[in-house]
Amino acid sequence: MSTSAPQSAGQNSSIRSQQIPVEKPEPPHRSQTQRRSQRTPITQYWYFLPASIVFCIFVAYPLFQTLRLSLSGTDLFGSADTFVGVRNFVRLFTNPDFVKILINTALFALYTVVPTIAISLVISLMLNRESLVNRVFRTVFALPFAYSVSAASIVFSAFFNPATGLFNEVIKQFGGSGVGWLTDQRFALLSIALTTVWMNIGYNILVLLAGLGSVPEDIVEAARLDGASGLRLQHYIMIPLIRPQLFFLIVTGTIQSLESFGQIHVLTKGGPASSSTTLVYDIYLHGFANNNSNFGYASAEALVLILVVAIITIIQFGGMGRKVDVA
Amino acid sequence: MNLNRVSILVKRTFGILILLLLACIVAFPVYYSFMGSLMKNADIVSSPPRIWPEHGLTWSNIVTAVHLIPLGRQYLNSFGSTLAITFSQILTSLLAGYALAIMRVRGAKIWFALFLGTMMIPGEAIIIPNYLTIASLGLRNSFIALVLPYLASGFGIFMMYTFLRQFPMELVEAARLDGCSHLRILWSIVLPLSRPAAASLAIYTFLTHWNGFLWPLLVAETPQMQTIQIGITQLQSPDDFNPGLTMAGAVMAVVPTVIIVALCQRQIVRGLTAGSSR
Repeated sequence: MSTSAPQSAGQNSSIRSQQIPVEKPEPPHRSQTQRRSQRTPITQYWYFLPASIVFCIFVAYPLFQTLRLSLSGTDLFGSADTFVGVRNFVRLFTNPDFVKILINTALFALYTVVPTIAISLVISLMLNRESLVNRVFRTVFALPFAYSVSAASIVFSAFFNPATGLFNEVIKQFGGSGVGWLTDQRFALLSIALTTVWMNIGYNILVLLAGLGSVPEDIVEAARLDGASGLRLQHYIMIPLIRPQLFFLIVTGTIQSLESFGQIHVLTKGGPASSSTTLVYDIYLHGFANNNSNFGYASAEALVLILVVAIITIIQFGGMGRKVDVA
Repeated sequence: MNLNRVSILVKRTFGILILLLLACIVAFPVYYSFMGSLMKNADIVSSPPRIWPEHGLTWSNIVTAVHLIPLGRQYLNSFGSTLAITFSQILTSLLAGYALAIMRVRGAKIWFALFLGTMMIPGEAIIIPNYLTIASLGLRNSFIALVLPYLASGFGIFMMYTFLRQFPMELVEAARLDGCSHLRILWSIVLPLSRPAAASLAIYTFLTHWNGFLWPLLVAETPQMQTIQIGITQLQSPDDFNPGLTMAGAVMAVVPTVIIVALCQRQIVRGLTAGSSR
C-alpha cells in the first residue's frame, strides 16, 4: 500500500510533465482562464445569490430585529416601536417565573439527552454485527425517527390518559394507583421528556451504528486476539472509538431539546402552572398565544436562547478541534 | 471446544431475546398507533384498554378523521410545501457548494463561515421577526409563507460542500478546456455525479420539513392552509377522549415518513453523519 501510492503519484507527475509541451502551444486557454479568475467577483458570486437572499431576509435581518425588538416596548395597538432600553431584560431577570422556566429548560435537556444516549448506546452496541436479523432490528429501532413531534405526541397523549391510558393500566396491574402524567406538576415535564426520548432513539441509533460500522475490523480483531470480549471489548475499544459520534449526539441533542416546541404544545401547553414551560414555549406564550403580541419581552427571551445555543455550539467546535488534533 | 460453542450459542440467543424485548418496547407506539387507528371504540377505550382488537377492525376512525378536517387538502399542503423546500434547497446548496468547492472563488472561506453561521441561529429564536416579515408582506395564511424562509439552508450548503470537495477536478478542468461554461458543467457533469449527495439531502430535508410544526402553526391560520401536522392536532378534544380517531390522524401523518425511513436508511445515515464525522 505505502509503496504503491508514491509510485502512482510519480507516474501521474511524469504524465503531466509529458503533457506540458502539448499544452504549451495553446496559451489562449490559460490566459482566458486567468482573466476569468481575475474577474470572479461579479460573475461567480452569482452562485451565492439565491442562498444569500434567503439568509439575509430570514436569518440576518431577523437577528437584528430580535435585538431591536428586545429593546422595545409594545404599545396598546400591538406595534413594538417605543424604545425602552433594557427594561425587558430587567423584567426578565427579576421575574421568578423566568428562573423557573430556565430550570425547566435545563431539566428537560437533562431528562431527554442522557436517557436517549444511554438507551441508544446499549441497543447499537448489541446490534453492531452485520446480519439479516440485525438489519430487521435496525429498521424497527429506526422507526420512531419517522414520527413527527405532533404524531408522536398524539400517540403518547393516549398512553398518558389518566382514566383509560395504557401507562396507568400497567401501573394498576402492578398494584399501584394511577398517575396524572400530564396533569400533575411533578410529572408533566418528565412525561414530555419520555415522549421525546422515544422520538429521538431512532435517530441516535442510526448515527451510533454508522459510527460503529466505520470502526476498522482489524482493531476489533486485534482486541479479540488480546482476549478482550463482551463488555470489556465494548467499554475499552468500541465506546472510545465512537466518541466523536457520542459527542455530536450530546451537543445536537442538547440544542434540539432547547428548541423543543411541538411536544409541549400538543401534550400540556406548558402547564400545569407552567411546570412544563421551557424557554421556547415561553417565547411562544408571550409572543403569540392568546394574541399576546408581547414581542419585546419574547424577543429578550429569544436573545437568551440564541446566546445559550451559541455557547453550546462554541463548545462543539472546541471539542471537534480537539478530535481533529487526535486524528 | 463443543462446550465453548454451546456457550456462544446460548449467549447469542440471550442477546437476541433481549434485543427482541427492547424492539417490542420501542416499536410498541408504532404498532399501537397503526392498530389503534383501525380498532373499534369497544376495544380501544374500554377499561382495561386492549392492545389487540377483539371486536374486529374498522375504517370508521379514518373516515371520521377525513370528515372532521380537510385531510386531503392538508396532505397537499404538506407535500407541496415540503417538495418545494426540498427542491429549492438542493438547487441553492448545489450552486453555493459549486462556487465554494469547485470554482473556489476568492473569499470562499469567509462565505463558508457565514453559511455555517446560519446553522447556529435557532429557528425558534427568530420566529417573531420572521412572522412579522411574512405579515408585513401580506403573505399570512399562504402557501408561499410555508416555504419562503426555508428555500436555502446552511446545512444543505455544508453537505454539498463536503461532498463536492472530493469531486474529481480533472473532469471540471477538462470541460473548462473544452470551453464549457460553469453553469453547463454544473448541470451536465457535477449534478449527475452528485446524485447520492443530493438524494441524502433531499431525504433529510423532506423528513425535517414534512415534520415541521411551529412555523406552519403560526403562519397557516385556516384549516385549508394548514399542514397535516397541525391538522391532526385538531382531532384532539379536551372533553372527548377518542384515541382511535387521533391515532388515525397520527398514522396519516407518518405514513410517508415511515416508508422513507424503512427504505432509505443508508441515505439517511449519510445525511446524518455529514455533521458528525468532521
